[in-house]
Amino acid sequence: MISRVEVFPGRYHDSVRLMQASKALQEVAGVGDALVAMATELNLNLLADMGFELDGTTSTNDLVLAVRAESEDAIASARVVLDDALSHKAVGSGGLDAPQPKTAGSAAAAGDANIVLLSVPGEHAFVEAMEALETGRHVMIFSDNVPVNQERVLKEYGAKHGLLVMGPDCGTAVVNGLGLGFANAVRPGPVGMVGASGTGIQQMLCLLDDAGVGVRHALGTGSHDLSEDIGAIATLQGLEALDEDPATDVIAVISKPPAAPVAAKVRAAATECTKPVVVTFMGETTLEDGAREVLAELGESAPEYASWAVDLDLHRPGAVRGLFSGGTLRDEARFIAASTLGDIGKDEADAGHSFIDYGDDEYTQGRAHPMIDQTVRIERLRAAASDASIGVILLDVVLGYGANADPAAELAPLIAEAMAAGAAVVVSLCGTRGDPQNRDTQAAALHEAGASVWLSNAAAAREAARLATTGGIA
Amino acid sequence: MSDLSQLLDSDPVVATAGADMLADSIEQQGSNVWRADWRPPHSDAADALARLAADGRMAAANATSIDKMLRVRPHLVDVGVARDVFPEMTDRTFFHAGPPLEWERAGGPMRGAIIGGMLYEGLATNPDDAAAKAARGEVELSPCHHHGAVGPMAGVTTPSMPVAIVQDGAGDGVSYSTLNEGLGKVLRYGAYAPEVVERLQWMSRVLGPVLGAALRSRGPIDLQSLIAQALQMGDDGHNRNRAVTSLFLREIGGALVDGADAPIDQRLDVFKFIDGNDHFMLNLVMAAGKLGSDAAAGTTASSLVTVMARNGTDFGVRLSGTGDEWFTAPAPPVDGLYLGRFTEEDASPDIGDSTITETVGLGGFAMAAAPAIVGFVGGTAAGAVRRTLAMYEITLAEHPAYQIPMLEFRGTPVGIDAARVVRTGVLPQINTGVAGKVPGTGMVGAGLVEAPIECFVDGINALAATVADS
Repeated sequence: MISRVEVFPGRYHDSVRLMQASKALQEVAGVGDALVAMATELNLNLLADMGFELDGTTSTNDLVLAVRAESEDAIASARVVLDDALSHKAVGSGGLDAPQPKTAGSAAAAGDANIVLLSVPGEHAFVEAMEALETGRHVMIFSDNVPVNQERVLKEYGAKHGLLVMGPDCGTAVVNGLGLGFANAVRPGPVGMVGASGTGIQQMLCLLDDAGVGVRHALGTGSHDLSEDIGAIATLQGLEALDEDPATDVIAVISKPPAAPVAAKVRAAATECTKPVVVTFMGETTLEDGAREVLAELGESAPEYASWAVDLDLHRPGAVRGLFSGGTLRDEARFIAASTLGDIGKDEADAGHSFIDYGDDEYTQGRAHPMIDQTVRIERLRAAASDASIGVILLDVVLGYGANADPAAELAPLIAEAMAAGAAVVVSLCGTRGDPQNRDTQAAALHEAGASVWLSNAAAAREAARLATTGGIA
Repeated sequence: MSDLSQLLDSDPVVATAGADMLADSIEQQGSNVWRADWRPPHSDAADALARLAADGRMAAANATSIDKMLRVRPHLVDVGVARDVFPEMTDRTFFHAGPPLEWERAGGPMRGAIIGGMLYEGLATNPDDAAAKAARGEVELSPCHHHGAVGPMAGVTTPSMPVAIVQDGAGDGVSYSTLNEGLGKVLRYGAYAPEVVERLQWMSRVLGPVLGAALRSRGPIDLQSLIAQALQMGDDGHNRNRAVTSLFLREIGGALVDGADAPIDQRLDVFKFIDGNDHFMLNLVMAAGKLGSDAAAGTTASSLVTVMARNGTDFGVRLSGTGDEWFTAPAPPVDGLYLGRFTEEDASPDIGDSTITETVGLGGFAMAAAPAIVGFVGGTAAGAVRRTLAMYEITLAEHPAYQIPMLEFRGTPVGIDAARVVRTGVLPQINTGVAGKVPGTGMVGAGLVEAPIECFVDGINALAATVADS
C-alpha cells in the first residue's frame, strides 16, 4: 500500500460535499483508506488515527487529500474522481429556466452541438461562424450577403481544422439523415452529395427518392463555393470526406455554373476519388442526367419519374413565362427549354419567353423566400393569366422541411383561373412522399386545378417548351 | 479517416441563431435544437467585432488572461501607511476612485471626500478653505487604479491613511486598499464632519498599527478562502459582507489578543470596530479583486475587462488588451433603495472602485448567493438568481473557488468579455452603495446599476485597432 497526503492551500469546500467526495474516493478500485477534508483540528486528528502523516503546518482554510492505495495508478484514478466530485459541470439554474442563450456560440455550448446553423443577417454571420469554428463546430450559413473575403477566411479556417463551412447562401443540407434548411425527407442510402446549389440538391434528392434510392449526406457548400474567389474549398473537403465515408457508395457533385478553372479543379479531384463521382455542373448538363448517371453507377436504371400529366395542347398561343422559386431549377429549365425555344429571358422586363427566379435577392428584400411566402409568385401568376401574350406558365413548387406547409392550396385557385383564361400551366413539383406536405397529395391538388405536374424539373421544362412550339390555338 | 468524419459519423446536434423556421423544421424531424435568442451586435461595434474575429487571436488571448486572473491567491499580509507604501505619493497627492478626474469635473461626494481628506491631512483649516485650495490645484489627484490600489465610493486615499497590503501567494503581485470606515457619515461617501475626520485619525493612530502587528504575528490571511466560504453564507462580496467580516474576525481574533503590542483598550476597540462594521471586509475583498485584475492585464488581443470603476462623474472600463487606456461614459444613476428620508433626488451618480468585485465574479455577479439582499432586485430570491444566471452569457469562466449553493455549487460567472457585452447587449450588473450628491452628506442608499454600453463599444473598437496594427 502507498500512502499519499496532499495539501491544497486555501481551497474551500463545505464539509458535506467533502464527505461525499471522500465516499466517492473510497469506492475507487485499488483505493483503501481515503479522506478529503478541510484541515481542521478534528480532521487532522482523524487523519492521524487513520495512520496518515502530514508534513508541515496547515491552516483550517486548507484542503487535505489523504489516500492509501495499492498502486500509483489507483492514486491517479482517485485524483480524477476527486476533481470530478468537486467540480460542477452540472449547469445549475436554481430551479429556474436558464436564460435563453444570446449567441450561437453559447447555444452550441449549452447543447454541446456539433453543427451551428446561422440565418442571421449576412453582415453579422462572420462573427458567429468564426466563434463556432474556434470551438470546433461545423457551420451551415443559410444567410446570404456575407462578404466574399469573410467566406474565404471561414472556409480556409475550416479546411485547416477539419471543419466544414456550408455556405454562406447554403439553402439545403442533409447530415446523417437530418435535413437542414430547405430539405426534403429522404431515407438514408448509398448516395452522398456535395454541392453548391440548394434546389439542385433538392431536385436530385427527389429524383433518387422516386427511384427508391436513399441519401445519407447532402453537404451544401453555398452558392459561391465554386467561384474563383473561393476555389471550391468546402466542396473539395466534402468530396474527400464522402470518398472516405464507409456508408457512401456513389458521390454526386452538384453546382451552379462554376468558374472554369475551379470546375477543372473539382473534376480533377473527382477522378482521384476511389468511388464513382458524378459531376453535375449547371449550364453543362441537367440534374435529370446527373441522377440517371448516379443510378447507373448503382446498377439501377432511371425510372419513368412520377408525373400527373394533363393534355394541354388546346391552350392559347403565346410565350412561356417561368415563375420559379429555386434558382437552379430555373437555370436547368432555361437550359433545357432553350434548345427548343431559343433565347429565354431572365428578367420580368424581357419580352417573349422569360424564366424568372423569385428567390433572387431582387425579389426577397424585406420578405420571406418564395418557397415559404408565395405572395409575389401568386401576384405574378395572376398577372400572367391575364396577359394574352403568354400561352404557357411554368411553375416550380418546392416541398420539404422549411417550405410552405401547403403550397398547392394557395396556388390551385390561381391555376384554375389561368386555365380558364386559356393559358397552359405546367408544374415542376420538387418533393418526396416523406415530405411533411406529402408530394402525392400536393400533386393531386395541383392536377385537380388543371396543371400538368412533373416530378422531374427537366421533364416539366420539356413539356412547357413543347406546348409553346407545337400547341396553341388562336 | 477524413477530417470530417466527426460530422458524418455522429448524430447531428444543431444550435441555431436566426430564423425560428429553420429551428422549427429540425424539431419537426424529431431532433433537439439549441436556439439562441440572437440579436444584432451594437451597431458601432459590428466592424470591430468582425476585425477581431478575422484576426483570430482573441479567444486564446482571453483564455490566457482569465487564467491569470483566476490563478492569483490573495493573501492579506500587513497594514502600512500610504506614504510609505506608495513611493510616488507626495504630501499633496490624493488617490481617488474611478478613471482620472479633476476638481472642476468632480461631483459632490468626490469633492466632499477631498475636502475631508485635506482637513484630515491638515492641508486646510476649514471646508471652504479646502475647496478653494483644491480648486487651485493644491492637491494632485490620481486614480487608485494607477497605483495597484482600489478604494470604495470616492476612494480618496491620502498620505497618512493606513493601507492594507495584499500579496499574491501564487505569484509576485501586490495590491492595496484603504481600511473601511463603516457606514453612514463617512469620508468615502463624501462626508467631512469633525467626527468623520476624528474616526480617520483613530484609524491611522490605532486601527492600522494594531491590525498590521496582528497580521505580522499570525501570518498572512488567505482572503480567497474567506470569500469562498462567505458566498456559501449569504454574502455577495459587494453589498453584503457580513459573513466574510465575521470570518475575518475569527481569523484575526487570536492575534488581536496575543499578537499586537498595544494597550488592551486599543485592541478591544479594534475588535469592536470590526465587529460593528458589516462592511469592514469590503475593502479587502476589493484588494483581492485588484490583484486578479492586475494579473490579467496586458494580454495582447484580449477583450477581458480588467477594470470597471467610477468616480461619480465618469464610469470607466479597461481591457486586458488595451493597456492603460480608459474607456469612459457618464456615470449612470443608481436604481436604489434609500435610507430614511433620502430619495433618488439626493443621489450622486454611480461612484467607486468597488465594481472591482463584479470584475472578478462577485457582487452583482454573485447575487444568487445573497438572498438577504434581494430587496435590491425586486424583492425575490428568484430575481437574484436570474441576475447571476444572465451574467454567464458575458463571462469567460466559472470561478473555481467562488461557488453558489443555490446553483448546485456552480462557480460564479467571472471574467467579463467586452466582446460578448457588445454582441449581446447584456450589461454587467452591479450592486452598489449610493452617496449623497451634496458634499458632506454621506450615504443615502444602495441599489443596482448597469455598466454603460458605450465603455465596452469604445473598448472593443480600440482593441480592434490594436490587432489591425500588428
